[in-house]
Amino acid sequence: MNEISALKGTPEKAPLTLKDFTSDQEVRWCPGCGDYAILKVMQRTLPELGVTRENTVFVSGIGCSSRFPYYMDTYGFHTIHGRAPAVATGVKLANPELDVWMITGDGDGLSIGGNHMLHVLRRDVDINILLFNNMIYGLTKGQFSPTSKPGTKSPSTPQGSVDPALNPIGFALGSGARFVARTVDTAIKHMPGVFKRAHGFKGASFVEILQNCIVYADQVWGDVTQKATAADKQLLLENGEKMLFGKEKDKGIRFDLASFSLQAVMIGENGITEDDILVHDESNLQMARMLAELGAEANEPMAMGVLYSEQAEYSYTEAVLAQVEAQKGKRTLKDMIYSGQTWEVK
Amino acid sequence: MVSEVQVLESAVVRFAGDSGDGMQLTGSQFTSSTALSGSDLATFPDFPAEIRAPVGTTFGVSAFQINFGAKSIKTVGDSPDVLVAMNPAALKVNLKNLRSGGLLVVDSGAFTKRNLQKAGYEETPLGTPMMDDYQVIDLDISRMTLEAVKEHGLGNKEALRCKNMWTLGMVLWMFSRKREPITKWLDKKFAKLPAVAAANIAALNAGHAFGETAELSATFKRYQIGATTSEPGLYRTVTGSQALSWGIVQGGQLADLNVVLGSYPITPASSILHALSGMKELGVVTFQAEDEIAAICAAIGASFAGSLGVTSSSGPGIALKMEAMGLAISTELPLVVINSQRGGPSTGLPTKTEQSDLYQAIYGRNGDAPIPVISTRSPGDCFEVAIEAVRLAVKYMTPVMLLTDGFTANAAEPWMLPDLDALVPFKVEHAKTPAEGETFSPYKRDEKTLARNWAIPGNVGTEHRIGGIEKDFDTGHISYDSDNHQRMTDTRQAKIDGIANDIPLQAVEQGNTSGKLAVVGWGSTFGPISEAVRIARSDGHDASHIHIRYLHPFPSNLGELLAGYDSIIVPEMNTGQLKTVLRDKFLIDAKPLNKVSGLPFKIQEILDAIHSDIAE
Repeated sequence: MNEISALKGTPEKAPLTLKDFTSDQEVRWCPGCGDYAILKVMQRTLPELGVTRENTVFVSGIGCSSRFPYYMDTYGFHTIHGRAPAVATGVKLANPELDVWMITGDGDGLSIGGNHMLHVLRRDVDINILLFNNMIYGLTKGQFSPTSKPGTKSPSTPQGSVDPALNPIGFALGSGARFVARTVDTAIKHMPGVFKRAHGFKGASFVEILQNCIVYADQVWGDVTQKATAADKQLLLENGEKMLFGKEKDKGIRFDLASFSLQAVMIGENGITEDDILVHDESNLQMARMLAELGAEANEPMAMGVLYSEQAEYSYTEAVLAQVEAQKGKRTLKDMIYSGQTWEVK
Repeated sequence: MVSEVQVLESAVVRFAGDSGDGMQLTGSQFTSSTALSGSDLATFPDFPAEIRAPVGTTFGVSAFQINFGAKSIKTVGDSPDVLVAMNPAALKVNLKNLRSGGLLVVDSGAFTKRNLQKAGYEETPLGTPMMDDYQVIDLDISRMTLEAVKEHGLGNKEALRCKNMWTLGMVLWMFSRKREPITKWLDKKFAKLPAVAAANIAALNAGHAFGETAELSATFKRYQIGATTSEPGLYRTVTGSQALSWGIVQGGQLADLNVVLGSYPITPASSILHALSGMKELGVVTFQAEDEIAAICAAIGASFAGSLGVTSSSGPGIALKMEAMGLAISTELPLVVINSQRGGPSTGLPTKTEQSDLYQAIYGRNGDAPIPVISTRSPGDCFEVAIEAVRLAVKYMTPVMLLTDGFTANAAEPWMLPDLDALVPFKVEHAKTPAEGETFSPYKRDEKTLARNWAIPGNVGTEHRIGGIEKDFDTGHISYDSDNHQRMTDTRQAKIDGIANDIPLQAVEQGNTSGKLAVVGWGSTFGPISEAVRIARSDGHDASHIHIRYLHPFPSNLGELLAGYDSIIVPEMNTGQLKTVLRDKFLIDAKPLNKVSGLPFKIQEILDAIHSDIAE
């Protein structure tokens, strides 16, 4: 018997816990997979958000990450490769009250499902999208993905891949996403905050999670995520705060007019003071676009946290359903069928 | 002088002109006036795929054919009695079908050297022996139109655009039809452009007046076509896509579900997307997706969340939806998939009709993936078939393929308005919260229908996860067990097979329930088969007509019924798809009669096949 039904009828329901959101299914990811940590954080964070199991829906596509819904004791739909955004859109159109999370990966969400990802973001459908980026196709045994670095050796690219890599954050912003964030599978303290922000955003929220595939692409994010280098390789964004990083917070990001780009600098060197360091403004799209590119150079950190958040007045589903509501009941089917030119045969 | 009026039983009129000449409008307005006169009718809009093909070319010719009469009209007519050709290209394309002795009306004003060249005529065919076979009325309609509308101050180009109304006015006079419904419609259509409305009405009246004046000419007679003796009731004209869209909404209401349509523009199915998008008053939600796959996936998502998911497309789009259809089969969610068939393969003939997607509908998915397939025989029939598609989808928790075609979608016919209050509801009951101590399984089945539980998000205690991976028969959890897969495959098949017992027995449309010959059809070949069999029977031949709505599974008595005939002919607008399925299911010698020219069968073609079969 599940705990919810056991609690039925009791006047005061105990708050839900991690356990309430954990299904009875055995988790089948490889031992050491980054997905475990993300799952645990989700199961722990949902109770903190005060949501119910019955109003929560996880929709996924195909791939390792897309098994996620089976492990959540909520409603879940494991769909087909790349199509989760479309299915999730349909769920929201049928019942806008539902809390919909979409789980995808770099292959599912950006290759076979790239078109749907573009449009779900462009439309601003009110769902929370988590893209687990491990730079590889795991479930099909290790082929390179659209986010793999050029030169990635894989069963389908024995000489190394020649395709340039796609930047998911840049893609999302280019698609018109209004909420874009990034976190890391091992950052169990950072991740819940990002999830909460994504959940609180009305519209499509896009979260890239740097995730480690221990079997086929181990440590592809190593220099960003490992303890020794993380402080230098991660820029933890806070809205309204200066973009400082490094163990001693002695490094920062400034705007360089000559190259028209962001630059990682050392405070105190070359006459740079803290005043030169940019202050993060989540509502600034141009800044977000530049932050998306950060990390390409060896001395640059990758931007973490909420890069961009600019909520629209109405989400897509609200706008669509408002049109329906405005018309509803004005005519009946009988009115329609019996209207127009009719004649009687006696 | 009292005009001589010839009384006819029926007549076929074909309006043909350049794509920009407004022939579809002319035809549909003539249709509405004819319907109001109480004649039975069938129409065939025949237009090119190009939106605006180069002016004056043969591939830019657009035509609208109507067959109307005081008797029951089942087809659009084999050959027109009257052909209106607005330019040389229209004449070139359509003259060969005009019956010998038929009336040809041409706008000689459009027979310029340039237009003749574009149509491939070296010199004008008017006045040559080529015309001897017909009664020709060549009028400078262009000039007379300009004359009629000049007081309304339109530019030359705009004024010329009224020539379709001039022509319509004359044809209305010719067949003693009323102008009022059309003037009313023009006033409404051009409410914001009163000068344009006035000019069009002036042209319409001028054409009509011309008919009256020219009546003195011996070749130019009036015809009278009476009202048909249809079943008593209230009628209107309806196109297939209109009736189908209403049927979907009606089905949703009977099931007590909201309709969510996911669709992507495609010819000739877009009219369904348009029609349902205009039904927000009835709570219909429409979603124009980024592609065909997203369209069906959104419909599936809507069904998962408790609405009635519907998707509509044509062959190429249906091909793209097949993987998702498999998901709906595996997750056993209700879904209505509408295929408005067109000529194939690939892009094929987008605006021409065909019924060549039957294999695709029955077999076209990976894995053993059975679904019910049903079809529409005529525009009015679409209403009932759409309701039936919804009923089967929700009762059996399955996608249902509804096959219609471009011809049915665009064609119009008089339709006796159904008594909506008399329709029997089939209200859906979603799974309830389990009682204490009870466990919930999303794959618990109804013993009779084998349909699974439909629990929807938002309901407490029925939280579950489903997907395209094989599921355990009892719990619905992922299962790779081999015996379980056998059992689930068998169960999915048995569920669909069982539908055969929940649909009407196959009836015989005309003729005996056994005998010499059965002509077996499906879909929009209903009209020509029906007429051909009627004629054959009135000539004393033992021929019967059987028309199959339920193509998969077949009605339970179909095999036995077909076994009662010595010979079976299957006319189809494909290379023999139903014929093959019938042979496979019943081991009978069904003989094909095939046509894939993009045009409906002529009665004569089927009649010839009946005669040669009987002669054997």
